[in-house]
Amino acid sequence: MNIILAGVGGQGIVLASKVIAQSAMQKGLKVRTAETIGMAQRGGCVVSHVRIGENIHAPLVALKTADLVLGFEPAEAVRALPFLKPQGTVIVSQKAIKPVTASLSAEGYEGKTMLDYLQNSVSRFYIVDSDAVCSVCGSPKVLNTALLGAAAGSGVLGFTLTDMETALESVLPAKLLDMNIQALRAGAQNIEEGNICV
Amino acid sequence: MEQVLLMGNEAIAMGAIRAGVAVVTGYPGTPSTEILETVARKNPGNIYVEWSVNEKSALEVAAGAAYAGLRTMVTMKQVGLNVASDPLMSLAYIGVEGGMVIVVADDPGPISSQTEQDTRHFASFAKLPVFDPSSPEEAYQMIGDAFAYSEEYKTPVLFRPTTRVCHGSASIVLEPAQAASSAGAFVKNPKWTIFPRLSYEKHLQIEARRPILEADFSSYPCNILTGSGKKGIATGGISYAYTCEAIQALKECRQRENDVQKNSSDIDYKLFKVSTPHPFPVRLALEFLSGLDEVLVIEELDPVIEKELIFLCGQYHLPVKVFGKLSGHTPQAGENSIEIARKAITKFLKKPNQDEDCRLNLSTLNAKHEDINNKEECIAEEDQQTVEVIQPEQPALPVRPSVLCAGCPHRASFYAVKKAMKGKKAVFSGDIGCYTLGNASPLEMVDTCLCMGAGITIAQGLHRAEPDTVNFAFIGDSTFFHTGIAGVINAVYNETDIVLIILDNSTTAMTGHQPHPGTGKTMMGNIAEKISIPAVLQALGVKQITTCNPLNLKQAVAAIQDAAAVRGVSAVIFEYPCIAIAKPGPQFTVDPGKCSGCKRCIKELGCPAITWKVDKAEIDSALCYGCSLCTQVCSFAAIGGEPV
Ligand code: SF4
Ligand code: SF4
Repeated sequence: MNIILAGVGGQGIVLASKVIAQSAMQKGLKVRTAETIGMAQRGGCVVSHVRIGENIHAPLVALKTADLVLGFEPAEAVRALPFLKPQGTVIVSQKAIKPVTASLSAEGYEGKTMLDYLQNSVSRFYIVDSDAVCSVCGSPKVLNTALLGAAAGSGVLGFTLTDMETALESVLPAKLLDMNIQALRAGAQNIEEGNICV
Repeated sequence: MEQVLLMGNEAIAMGAIRAGVAVVTGYPGTPSTEILETVARKNPGNIYVEWSVNEKSALEVAAGAAYAGLRTMVTMKQVGLNVASDPLMSLAYIGVEGGMVIVVADDPGPISSQTEQDTRHFASFAKLPVFDPSSPEEAYQMIGDAFAYSEEYKTPVLFRPTTRVCHGSASIVLEPAQAASSAGAFVKNPKWTIFPRLSYEKHLQIEARRPILEADFSSYPCNILTGSGKKGIATGGISYAYTCEAIQALKECRQRENDVQKNSSDIDYKLFKVSTPHPFPVRLALEFLSGLDEVLVIEELDPVIEKELIFLCGQYHLPVKVFGKLSGHTPQAGENSIEIARKAITKFLKKPNQDEDCRLNLSTLNAKHEDINNKEECIAEEDQQTVEVIQPEQPALPVRPSVLCAGCPHRASFYAVKKAMKGKKAVFSGDIGCYTLGNASPLEMVDTCLCMGAGITIAQGLHRAEPDTVNFAFIGDSTFFHTGIAGVINAVYNETDIVLIILDNSTTAMTGHQPHPGTGKTMMGNIAEKISIPAVLQALGVKQITTCNPLNLKQAVAAIQDAAAVRGVSAVIFEYPCIAIAKPGPQFTVDPGKCSGCKRCIKELGCPAITWKVDKAEIDSALCYGCSLCTQVCSFAAIGGEPV
């Protein structure tokens, strides 16, 4: 299985890919990941590649082979679409992050345009109302776990919510655990509650 | 045993601990930083670990310990090796007693670097063995081999992972530690003192050693030769992984075809994986070349393997054509990918009428580096056959360059200098660190950036050319200690008028917040004597030194204006901690009733927390760090409000 996590530096994408990898390893599966670390972490485009299974050599996902694109931001999900395989799934946070360049220029950029485009070009598509989930949990910092919850809820990963909770326990410091488990569940619920746009 | 997920850099660290490393030094630099940090974190207690002030110091400290018989490791990125190249070249002659591995991480892309230089070249320049791991698992094993070879041949060795090995993670089964290296004991001997006479003898010894190492490496298990046929693929490092996947995909494709056509789906080819690019495993390479008509080389950065093979073909009069970067069959710059390997290999292994279907499949792949590859005939050919699935037109994507974080004190410093110099002739030389991002719009405050510490000296050169310009040099605290100080001495000594701006955020921010001599802490967590930057500058003879909080805009502007009026070297030290290590201040909001929509805050500052909503500015509460700079810029007093 190939998974792409795409978003903006500072959104906790490296941690999210670790949690997916940990969930896979708990099941005895082999994992390979590749992260963006360095200058791009200062608000640039960040992409994590996670690959699970046997006979995998390269850390990078080949184009058109991702089972899931987990978009932390609408435009970044669109940017990552070339990785998606024909019947693949896209799960995306609805909240747009406007780059400084967009605020400076006249054109700007609207998240809605990106979401519409995804809706029309992807067969399995889910939007997560991340603002709602984050406000329930009381912190904007749990967006990453909320999206993981949504991914677990959608069933594409093949991991249950409990699998992911166990993974979170081994990856996160104890004091952050409760809030993140709450976010994980809220994310899964957000998807079950019918934000499904097929 | 249980498998754990390790990043390549962590795997290198764990492998070094397992091999009994006793001293680890380095200077942070992406993609190498986590190696030393992991050794420090997993230190069983007997390993000495330090962040040195720069790569040259790091290498020399480790060399001293290796003279005394300890196993030592030095870590840096490729451009760091340039700084350490002086001791490296001489150490290659002098040699070591204990195993010494110099880990130099290369950065194809480049993803976070100034250059795409290839450390494998540096190895052959310095005549040192180099190891090139292809995965985190292999790196874990190979670092132990590197120590063993280093001790056997009494020479430092290079170990060169690339970004995708360093920052890729894999599930790895850890093995028990080997015996730790014994206590150090330096044995006095004239061999430790480099003299022309000794250098001549050492040079002869090094040349005599080369063929022995070439033979030894030919039976090194990580140099692998498999397959048979008239075509051969040679590769190494992470490109080996891409090659394996590309061939796997090609086989699956042929398999599908075979079901239809009832042909043999076997692909005949030889595969040569080079894990020690220098000295080249010659015997194994000749075995690979024998009987071949053509070779395709897949590698990143420079055509190192390609040139070695061409050289051997010439030396041994072998009628083998070698394709790769030099022949335009693979990209000359940037990193490789499965797509790049697949396209090159498909074309290379193509047999008439067999791969039509493969080609159609391939054509829909749009490699990331398409534009770079386009000139290659094979890829252009496939592009012509692109079968487009009809899809709605993709909306234009916003460009998203890296920027200074919301609340970053560097933004305030740059803005203050910009304001103070408004209408004056001034040039702003920058340096390496987060503050290189001050080049971005709307600040546009970095006119030059070359390499660590160069801003201060570049500013002096610019000033010699245009004495009526005010020349500023921006440098961060860690970079100041790394290679900045010598440049200040040069300016004072040669009486050059420059304004030095030290952006002191109390950490090495870009690489992930490592301590440095100004922080009062060492990597081992000890409390150290804090080296005061103002005291250093004063001792160097800098005329005027002002320390100031950049978040107080009025004061900051006044300090700059004062400093710019001084003849000779003056300095302003902007002190404010990086947001990642400081507590956030109260958040600010825009009062829509007061906001005139002048957009001044956005156009002047470019803080990522401030966005534009229809006709008013808006502050994103998830991002605002409460630095208060925008409140000092808005002329309508629209930004403020209750702390949230
Ligand atoms: S106070 Fe203003 S400038 Fe500072 S982080 Fe918040 S929005 Fe940005
Ligand atoms: S500077 Fe003040 S008035 Fe102008 S857009 Fe920004 S908040 Fe509004």
